[in-house]
Amino acid sequence: MDCENILELRGITKIYPGVIALDTVSLKFKPGSVHAIVGENGAGKSTFIKIITGAIHPDQGELFFQGEYIRHNSPENAIELGISAIYQELNLLPHLSVAENIFYNRYKTRGGLIDFKDLEKRSAQIIDKLGVNIDPCTLVKNLSIGYQQLVEIAKSLSKNVKVLIMDEPSATLTDTELKYVFRIVEKLKQEGVAIIYISHRLEEIFEICDEVTVFRDGRLVDTCLVKDTDKESLIKRMVNRPVSSIFPKVKFKRGEKVLEVKNVCTKLLDTISFNAYRGERLGFAGLIGAGRTEVVRALFGADPIESGEIFLKGKKVTIKNPSDAIKLGIALIPEDRKLQGALLHLSVGKNISIVNLKNLAGFFGIIRQKEEAESIGEYIKELRIKTPSTRQLVKNLSGGNQQKVVLAKWLLVDSDIIIFDEPTRGIDVGAKQEIYALINALAEAGKVIILISSEMPELIGMSDRILVMAEGRITGELETAEATQEKIMHLSSI
Amino acid sequence: MSAPNRIELQKNRNAKIDWSSAGILIILAAMIILFGIMNPKFFTPKNLGNILRQISIVGICAVGMTAVILTGGIDLSVGSVIGITAVSGAMMLSSGMPIPIAIVLVILIGATAGGFNAFCVNIFGIPPLITTLGSMTALRGLIYVITGGKSVYGIPASFKFIGQGDIFIIPVSAIIMVIVFILGYVILNNTVFGRRIYGIGGNFEAARLSGIKVKLELAKVYIYAGMLSAIAGLVLMSKVNSGQPSAGDGYEMDIITAVVLGGVSVSGGEGKLIKVIIGVVFMGVLANGMMMLNIGEFQQRLVKGLVLIFAVALDIVSKNYSDTRGKKIRHTGKPVADSGCKE
Repeated sequence: MDCENILELRGITKIYPGVIALDTVSLKFKPGSVHAIVGENGAGKSTFIKIITGAIHPDQGELFFQGEYIRHNSPENAIELGISAIYQELNLLPHLSVAENIFYNRYKTRGGLIDFKDLEKRSAQIIDKLGVNIDPCTLVKNLSIGYQQLVEIAKSLSKNVKVLIMDEPSATLTDTELKYVFRIVEKLKQEGVAIIYISHRLEEIFEICDEVTVFRDGRLVDTCLVKDTDKESLIKRMVNRPVSSIFPKVKFKRGEKVLEVKNVCTKLLDTISFNAYRGERLGFAGLIGAGRTEVVRALFGADPIESGEIFLKGKKVTIKNPSDAIKLGIALIPEDRKLQGALLHLSVGKNISIVNLKNLAGFFGIIRQKEEAESIGEYIKELRIKTPSTRQLVKNLSGGNQQKVVLAKWLLVDSDIIIFDEPTRGIDVGAKQEIYALINALAEAGKVIILISSEMPELIGMSDRILVMAEGRITGELETAEATQEKIMHLSSI
Repeated sequence: MSAPNRIELQKNRNAKIDWSSAGILIILAAMIILFGIMNPKFFTPKNLGNILRQISIVGICAVGMTAVILTGGIDLSVGSVIGITAVSGAMMLSSGMPIPIAIVLVILIGATAGGFNAFCVNIFGIPPLITTLGSMTALRGLIYVITGGKSVYGIPASFKFIGQGDIFIIPVSAIIMVIVFILGYVILNNTVFGRRIYGIGGNFEAARLSGIKVKLELAKVYIYAGMLSAIAGLVLMSKVNSGQPSAGDGYEMDIITAVVLGGVSVSGGEGKLIKVIIGVVFMGVLANGMMMLNIGEFQQRLVKGLVLIFAVALDIVSKNYSDTRGKKIRHTGKPVADSGCKE
C-alpha cells in the first residue's frame, strides 16, 4: 500500500447551474503535514472540502484514500475512513455534556442502558490527549467558542481521525484560544494526521502550515511549500486576474452628501462611520464575515443598532425596521436572493409590486389592478425580464431573471439610496452586464449607490470609492484610481 | 467564465395540469354518484339544502383559516371560538338585547379571541399550533364556566331566520357563506392586506425586508379569522336555536381538512380560496353521505381523520414532484440553503 499520500484527488470537477465551482482539480495530501488552502471568496474551497467529506458528489474526478479508489464517497463513508471536518458553524448539541457530544450516537451500552461511567472515562482520556482541562460532564453551552472547537477536535479524535479538515477555525476565536488550537494541531501533526487548513488569515498559514495550495475561480493555481513562498506572492496568485473590460469606464458627478453614518455599533460591528454622496458608487470590500452585509442590514433596519447615529440629508433619523428605511428612501437588494429577496412561490407581478402596494391601493386597501399591471409591465420591459407572463412564478425563472425581479421591486418605489449586496452572485455574464448598466444608470440619475461584492474585479470596476472591512471594522478607504486587488487583500486580511 | 451560461436552464411551464385538485374533484364526483346510488334521497332538494346548511359554518370559517394557513400558521381554536360566540350571543339575545348590537358584540368577542392568539404568537413567539391548542382548550373551559354546562335558550324567533330560513329555496346561511367567500376572495387577491398574507407565508424574511410589518399583519390575520368564526358561531346558534356549550366542538378538524383539501399549502404562501370551496363541499358531502348511509359517529371520525392525512400527503407529494423538476426548495418550512456557487 502506498502510504505516502493518505488522500489523493484526481481531476475533480463540479458544475453548478451558471458556474463551474471546480475545474479539474488534482491534489494530494500527506500524513503528518498541515496543508493550507487559500483563495478568494468563491474560489471553490468550500466545494472542494464538501467533496472530500462526501457532502456533495463531483461531476467528474476520482478520490483515492491510502491508495485505494473510493467509488462512492458519502458522509458516513468518509467518517468510516477517518476523514473529519470542523466547520465554522460547530455541529454540537449545546444541551448535552462534553462527553455525550464526543461520543454522540456511538454510546457503549450495558444491559440496554447507556454506560455513562465508561463514556466519561473514555472522554477524559481523549481530552487528556489534547492536553486541555475540560470536565467531560460540563454542558457544551457553558463553554466558550474556543473550547467548543476543542470538543469538535476531540470528537474527531475519538473517531480515529486520519484526515482533519479545519474550515476557518480562527474566524471566531480569540488569540489565546487560537494559540491553544495551534498547539493541538501541532500535536496531531506529530501523530501523523493529515490536516487541511482553510483560512483567510495568511499570517496563520506561515505560522503552522507546511504546504499551501492556491485556488482561483474554481481552478488550482499552484501548490508549494510554505517555506518557499511569502505573503506577497500568495496574494498575487490569489487575485491575479485582469479587470476585464466588461465594466464601462464611467465617472459621474459627485453630488451633495446624502448619508452620514456616525460611530454605529451593533453586535457584530465596531464603530462604523462613513459618508455617501449622490451620483457616487460606494463599494464595500472585505471577506465573508468581515461585516459588510451587517453594515447595510443595520442601515436598512434589518438588524438592531446598539449605538451611533445616522443622518440623512443632514437630518438625524431613527431606523428601527425595514419599513422605516423604505419610508426614508432606502432600498436593499439583499445578499441571498432566494432566502431574503424573492418570494419564490408568488408570481413575477406580485413580487414586483409588493413594496409599493400602498401607493397602488385606494379605498379599503383595494389594489388598482390596471395601474399595478401597467407599472409591472413597464419594469419587466425596462429590465428585460425574460418571463412568459407576469403570472409566472418566480421560482421558475433563471437566477439572473429572479435577480432582475428583485431589482424591479425596488425600482418601483423610487428610492434615494440603493444598496446592492452581492447583486451578481450566481448569475450569468449576460445578466451581470445588464445589472452593471442599470447600476450605472441609477448613479447617473443621482442616486446614492452602495455596492457590496466579493468579486474584486467587479467591485473595483463598479465603484468610485471603496471601503475595506475586516472583523467588523472599516480598515481602509481607497479611491478607485489607487485601488488594486493586492491593496484590498492586504487591508481585508489584517 | 463564459461556458457555463448555457447550463442555466430556463423552464417555463405555464399550463401544468393541477393534478391534486383534479384528483379531489374526481373523488368528489365519485362520492356524489356513489351516495346517490346507495340512497336515492341524497339528490332530493331537501337534502341538498341540508348539505348547504351544513357546510355554511365550515365554509365561513374556512375563509379565515385559509388566510391563517397562508401565513404559515394554523388556528386550532376555531371550534372553541364558534362555541364561545354562539353561547355568548345566545345569552345576549335571551336577555333581550337588540339583535344588531348583539351581532356587533359577538363579532368583537371573536376578534378578541383572534387578537389573543396573535398576541401569544407575536409577543412570546409561541408557535401558532401550540398557542391555538391552548386557547382552544381554555376557551372551551371558559364556555363551561360561564354557562355552568347548561344550554342557553330563549333566543327570539326572529333570529332563527339566519340559520334556518330560506330565500326562495336557498338557505340564508349558505348565502352568508357565499358573501363571506366573495369578501374573502377580494381581500386575498385584490387588497394590500391579502398580498402581504401571501408574502409572509411565502418568505417571511423577504417579506420583512420588503418593508412589511410582519407582526402587525399576522395580528390582523388572526383577528380576521376570529371575526369570521364569530359569524359562524351566530349562524350555528341560530340553526340550533340555542347556545350549546359543546357548539363547534371538533369543527377545527373539518375546517382545516377542507382548507388543505382545497390545495392550500400547510407550509404557507401557496393556495387559492376558489379551490377551498371544493374542499368545503367535499367535507359537507362526505359528512352528509355517511349520515344518510347510517354510518356511525365513530366510523365517521375514523374516515375524517384519514381524509386530513390524505389531503396533507397529497399536498406534499404533489409539490415534491413538481420541485424535483424545478429548483431545490424543500417544502417543510425553510428553503434549503444551497444556492450553488456560494463559498
